[in-house]
Amino acid sequence: MSSSNTDFVLAVEGLTVSFDGFKAVNDLSFYVDKNEIRVIVGPNGAGKTTVLDLICGRTKSTEGSIKFRNRELTKMKEHQIVRAGVGRKFQTPSIYGDLSVFENLEISFPRGRSVFGALVFKRDAEVLNRVDEVADMIFLKDLLHTRADLLSHGQKQWLEIGMLLIQDPELLMLDEPVAGMSVAERRKTAELLRRITKDRSVIVIEHDMQFVAEIADKVTVLHQGKILAEGTAEDVKKDEKVIEVYLGH
Amino acid sequence: MSYAGFKTLFPKSDLIGFAVLAFILVVVLPLGVDIFRLNLIGKYLTYAFVAVGLVLCWGSGGILSLGQGVFFGVGGYAMAMFLKLEASSPENTAIQSTPGIPDFMDWNQITELPWFWQPFHSLTFTVLAIIIVPSIFAYIIGVAMFKRRVGGVYFAIITQAVAAIMTILVIGQQGYTGGVNGITDLRTLHGWDIRTDEAKYVFYFLCVFLLFVCLAVAQFVRKSKLGRLLVAMREMEDRVRFSGYDVSNFKIFVFCLGSAFAAIGGAMFTLQVGFMSPTLVGIVPSIEMVIFCAVGGRLSILGAVYGALVVNWAKTTLSESFPELWLFAMGALFIAVVMAFPNGLAGLYSKYCEPFIKKKYNSIRANRKGDVVAKGATHEQQ
Amino acid sequence: MFADYSTSELMSIFAMQGFAGLILFSVFVLMALGLAIIFGQMGVINMAHGEFMILGAYVTYLTSNVFSEYMPSMFGSYFFIAMILAFIAAGALGMFVEWALIRHLYKRPLDTLLATWGLSLILQQIYRSVFGAREVGVTLPDWLMGSFQLSEIVEVPINGIFVMTLAIGISLAVAALMYKSRWGIQVRSVVQNRPMAGAVGINTSKVDRLTFGLGCGIAGVAGSAFTMIGSTGPTSGQLYIVDTFLVVVFGGAASLLGTIASAFTISQAQSTMEFFLSGSMAKVLTLLFVVVILMLRPQGLFSLKVRR
Repeated sequence: MSSSNTDFVLAVEGLTVSFDGFKAVNDLSFYVDKNEIRVIVGPNGAGKTTVLDLICGRTKSTEGSIKFRNRELTKMKEHQIVRAGVGRKFQTPSIYGDLSVFENLEISFPRGRSVFGALVFKRDAEVLNRVDEVADMIFLKDLLHTRADLLSHGQKQWLEIGMLLIQDPELLMLDEPVAGMSVAERRKTAELLRRITKDRSVIVIEHDMQFVAEIADKVTVLHQGKILAEGTAEDVKKDEKVIEVYLGH
Repeated sequence: MSYAGFKTLFPKSDLIGFAVLAFILVVVLPLGVDIFRLNLIGKYLTYAFVAVGLVLCWGSGGILSLGQGVFFGVGGYAMAMFLKLEASSPENTAIQSTPGIPDFMDWNQITELPWFWQPFHSLTFTVLAIIIVPSIFAYIIGVAMFKRRVGGVYFAIITQAVAAIMTILVIGQQGYTGGVNGITDLRTLHGWDIRTDEAKYVFYFLCVFLLFVCLAVAQFVRKSKLGRLLVAMREMEDRVRFSGYDVSNFKIFVFCLGSAFAAIGGAMFTLQVGFMSPTLVGIVPSIEMVIFCAVGGRLSILGAVYGALVVNWAKTTLSESFPELWLFAMGALFIAVVMAFPNGLAGLYSKYCEPFIKKKYNSIRANRKGDVVAKGATHEQQ
Repeated sequence: MFADYSTSELMSIFAMQGFAGLILFSVFVLMALGLAIIFGQMGVINMAHGEFMILGAYVTYLTSNVFSEYMPSMFGSYFFIAMILAFIAAGALGMFVEWALIRHLYKRPLDTLLATWGLSLILQQIYRSVFGAREVGVTLPDWLMGSFQLSEIVEVPINGIFVMTLAIGISLAVAALMYKSRWGIQVRSVVQNRPMAGAVGINTSKVDRLTFGLGCGIAGVAGSAFTMIGSTGPTSGQLYIVDTFLVVVFGGAASLLGTIASAFTISQAQSTMEFFLSGSMAKVLTLLFVVVILMLRPQGLFSLKVRR
């Protein structure tokens, strides 16, 4: 496997993972530029979520390399990958229902991550300001002391995005961020995404092609664990293979 | 600690809870019951150490250990080994074929003190061992399990197996451990007779003091970010991991802390009851310790203390007068606490008593304010 | 510990202890099979499983008494009747327990563990009140006594062969039931996706109840087999619960083949070591061995890498 250094933020090369013989991702290579918004689309089971799982270390690859700012991720543990600057949002909102919005954000604040650090962690002005700032950004400023369980589905999605933002990751990965949202929430989310995707690279998995066209710099179409097409949203929409397996009908 | 720091560590409601418990344990019980009963209560309190540890592990962290008896036992045996060595001085054991070693070793044709008994001649070593040995043991189990993401039911079963191993080993190696009878006939601590009433009072208060130390540590952990992380992990472990935390380290920490608490409880048990035996550390006692915690309320460290007191008191009372009934009652308690009162006594308290007390308190306060206003008014008139 | 024996002696000892371990293996397999069905398919830890086994043992004891009292001529065949009765009794109790207790706790596995522990205490006390605290033993029919003499020191007990055949037969039947029958498909579909199974018209609560009943019923049969190796007392079951859990976990909870293989490994290890060491040390070493293996390979011996 080549291990040359690149200028890309993320360089995925020859990535393969097989589950009991079934190759969910098969010899996949793609590159994400600095400040690029990359959208991954594809039919169900194409391996989109698996790719994110592989990048953030949730699933271990069988073969291939993933380099984030020229650091090999495949050998790192999940928390090390996060600390290196990769943030990941899950498909279903995963937040801590028993804790308040404030506490959810505070836990995600990148300080006091060791056992001892967590014991002596103090809520100082820096934390309070940062939580305030992020809460404002994700439209939850008035709900800081609400139990997260009580939020609406859309608000929970925003909260999880906020939990990533507070870490200020260099690469942000969002798995279907607008799934299950109302039209109004979608609009707000699009606006939120546009705002937060400045100064960082983003990988988004999304089905809604209109939404994709709106935000994407570049689109990668996955099919059966392989890249079917790659290019701008316009190019991809016109691609015949893509129309056949994904957009068509 | 600053006043503000103290306020966050002990918010008003918790502070009242601590004060009430301290009042009961330090004033009411010692004045209200004779030394025999007080010694029994002291024995119950040693289980409260375990229960408090379980609140941290199980209630906060979602890690159910069915092997806490092991750590209780390690603490208890360490203490017992020290006391036994002191009781087995050459003068006391002159009639043995090998004087100067514990009697059960002599019965088992052992002629020399085994190497792992040697350091227990020192009280300092013993005290350190009581805390450190169980912590190391818990650390090894914790690293092996949590680093590999074993949790939940699997962890419970493995810890139960460890409890089984410990009991079988202790019973099987009677020459080194005293076997099924345990280590008995403990007499003095640095020449001071531990069987007198005076000693029992001293140990009771020492036990209460240590319990409050553990409670304070537990409170500190729960109020720190680590406490909130435990709750977060229980709910959504992956999210915590993907917020940059090494989840296993936190579990290992809290498991070690819980086992250290249990070991202190075990040592206090030996001191107050005067013996240690494998029947106190195996599968059955270990799972009973979980029920003390569950009855008290798995989320409340103070509840755990009451749980340990109430269940053990019921056990003594019932098994004295109706031994058959006790197992039925215990079984029913397990089922009831899971099905009907998952938050135990603490849950019942915060559901029924607290609103009532708050209402009373508020109305008294309102009355007082009324009085003050009225007084103020009369004052002005004068 | 092997130094005192010659190679051929050692071989014979291994063979003999191996055959002696067959009954233990059979009890383990049957116990573990029941537990694996309940745990693997439903995710429920049944701490009272040992008490279900003991129920089967007591039923066997009662049946043997009835036969020797009223039908001594047919005593030779009582064991088959006893097994069926043990299955029915334990299965019926299992279904009742599922209805009364387990079904309320499906989302809380650790709580189920505690509740079933409570149940086990209650059952133990019931046994003690009904049958007394003393252990009872059953008389085996003549044709199960004795052994084949293979060589000078190698003997194969007949009851061992019989029970093992039985255990393997039941395992095959369960495998067929799980993987070939319509009911098995329903059970597995409920495991995979409960709401969906419900939505396509499977009565999920009925499937749960039958699954639990089946697991407990098999434990009852294990109890019948158990009467051949030990006497039955109110707390006999508790001694087996830890071993059985380790068998299940060691085998990889969802794999029937794994369960059988791990029951074999554990029972043989224990039986062989018992010859050389004291019984308690053999037990300690076996448990330690299993715990260490589980720490190294927590998913058990047989499990697949799956897509999460």
